[in-house]
Amino acid sequence: MNKVIDIEKFTNKIKDGMTIMIGGFLGNGTPETLIDAIVEKGVKNLTIIANDTAFVDKGIGKLIVNKQVKKVITSHIGTNKETGRQLNAGELDVVLVPQGTLAEQVRAGGAGLGGILTPTGLGTIVEENKQKIVVDGKEYLLETPIRADVALIAASKVDKSGNAYHTKSTRNFNPLMATAADLVVVEAEKVVEIGEIDPDVVMTLGIFVDFVVRGENNG
Amino acid sequence: MDKNLVKDTIAKRVALEMNDGDLVNLGIGLPTLVANFIPKDISITLQSENGFVGLGPAPAEGEEDKDLVNAGSQPVTILPGGAFFDSLTSFGIIRGGHLDATVLGALQVDEKGNLANWMIPGKMVPGMGGAMDLVTGAKRVIVAMVHTAKGTPKILKECNLPLTAAGKVDLIITEMGVMKVTTKGLLLTELNPEFTVDDIKKATDAELIISYDLKEMRTK
Repeated sequence: MNKVIDIEKFTNKIKDGMTIMIGGFLGNGTPETLIDAIVEKGVKNLTIIANDTAFVDKGIGKLIVNKQVKKVITSHIGTNKETGRQLNAGELDVVLVPQGTLAEQVRAGGAGLGGILTPTGLGTIVEENKQKIVVDGKEYLLETPIRADVALIAASKVDKSGNAYHTKSTRNFNPLMATAADLVVVEAEKVVEIGEIDPDVVMTLGIFVDFVVRGENNG
Repeated sequence: MDKNLVKDTIAKRVALEMNDGDLVNLGIGLPTLVANFIPKDISITLQSENGFVGLGPAPAEGEEDKDLVNAGSQPVTILPGGAFFDSLTSFGIIRGGHLDATVLGALQVDEKGNLANWMIPGKMVPGMGGAMDLVTGAKRVIVAMVHTAKGTPKILKECNLPLTAAGKVDLIITEMGVMKVTTKGLLLTELNPEFTVDDIKKATDAELIISYDLKEMRTK
């Protein structure tokens, strides 16, 4: 099945108030073309779920700078001074989550789990208002699943059915986020025919992907 | 002490804590320098929490690869035998007890082994990134930092900033000395001969227990 669409068709699907998961780590492995399209459309009140808010001129940072985000669920905002400014000014709701917990919450969201148990955050403010569960005498925090309306994925190479490969350090959150949203869009510089990617090296499965967009400037 | 000498002194001493075959995660900043001083007779593997093991040095100028960066977004290399993975595997390694040591900086650390290094409420809120998982999951947690913040003690009886993790720090290494977190408190095991016991006590808010076997701080 050919899932390739043009960027306008993608942009039409993005609405005010959506919850959007975006792959990448400080902009590395981030779908810049899809983000730029959302910046251009100017939709507002988005909730963004991502590892970090990158930089003011890169990746997710551009959505923050353009004031399109009302809430961000993330592990790190320190590289984007605009996120900090909006947080301090009360313009942006920032939920900080340990990075490993965020990854597992997304996995739970995509894998049909009711949550995960982690020792990370015990004895810190992260444990506030969370249920503690003891297993074999060890205490854990119950962290609940996270899902989104849309997941934006960056790939190095994708076939027309959405099977994708992420080179080197660009993989990060991409394959897991593709499992945890109602609409999953993959952007890649190289879009190849179905069958051209060796099934042994597929990292994001086409079965999770709804649309494929050709991108030019993956982070 | 000169600022660079301070950093190198700390990094050299941390490097001596590494054992042959260890898998280690070095935090951004000062801890990264540790990689420059690993003793020649041992070999360790470095993890980069954005998604690989076998982290190598920075590439030569012009050889940078935009798809290969470390957790601080700097261009790096991967060594033979290394491997890439996603964030789930990366934090499975970290939380799952597969990491022999993590080396991190601190805003504050206290005599119970509590660490605060991710936010100053109302002032600076960078977020915890992977630090909470690293400190919770690594077999050994080594704090590597300058002893004070421009004269203000960072080694306290009790941290008053939000914690990164409770009771997880094993060892504190500064330019002044080496302190082990024990059930009785902080045990000073090595002292840099540039300083006296009085100097380090004055620069430390926590009670220091001076080891009966106090040694000169090793850097070789």
